[in-house]
Amino acid sequence: MSAPSIETPRSLSRRNAQRSNFELYSWLFMRISGIVLVFLVLGHLFIMNFLDGGVQRINFAFVAGRWASPFWQVWDLTMLWLAMLHGTNGMRTIINDYAERDQTRFWLKMVLYVSSAFIILLGTLVIFTFDPNLG
Amino acid sequence: MATTTPVGTLYRGGEGMWTWVLHRITGVGVFFFLFVHVLDTALVRVSPEAYDVIIATYKTPIVALLEVGLVGAVLFHALNGLRVIAVDFWSKGPRFQRQMTWVIAAVWLVVMIPGAYRMLMHSVEALFGSTP
Repeated sequence: MSAPSIETPRSLSRRNAQRSNFELYSWLFMRISGIVLVFLVLGHLFIMNFLDGGVQRINFAFVAGRWASPFWQVWDLTMLWLAMLHGTNGMRTIINDYAERDQTRFWLKMVLYVSSAFIILLGTLVIFTFDPNLG
Repeated sequence: MATTTPVGTLYRGGEGMWTWVLHRITGVGVFFFLFVHVLDTALVRVSPEAYDVIIATYKTPIVALLEVGLVGAVLFHALNGLRVIAVDFWSKGPRFQRQMTWVIAAVWLVVMIPGAYRMLMHSVEALFGSTP
């Protein structure tokens, strides 16, 4: 058993490691998307759960009535994308914090990215191809 | 004479630590709900009947309680997120971070007490019929 070795900070491989500002942009994105989401999500929850009959009045016809307006389509599409990217980035941070083995961290993030991409695409498709006369 | 004795190795970060913990827990919870919510909404592409059947579960009393929990989680995450932004970008943010914690706790209660009441009234009315 040898003691774990830690690379010298100024070693050649560390110096040549790729540097990027990705984490800075991700930090900034969380704050900007967060501010936008405060309005979009709290507005959405207020309309869906508080106004009129709350969740009791929601059905297919209610959705059809809302998505007849481009305003709510844009609202929901923006909310979907920002919330999913904000949430996925938050989960990425949590995985990086708690999954200690390289393999575990890699695969957890792969599962996260694939499922998030699926949900974003599915949601986008539903908003764009919604048919009020279905059925 | 007052002396301070260290108690174990438990990290005692105070309010800031607990808001950080709650921010993570509410964030993960809301994220998982978002997955489910996009999937249930996607049923509008299957048929109106399929959508209405699944949405009916949202109208049951037990799920109504979960919805109050969801709104509470989202509201905390939103308020604490704004507090984090204030700490990061407002020059006096770090100095007032503790006071801001109590402000968001107060705002949360002021919104949630009538909010929960109204949300639960909707399901009580649906269960027993509303009185005119």
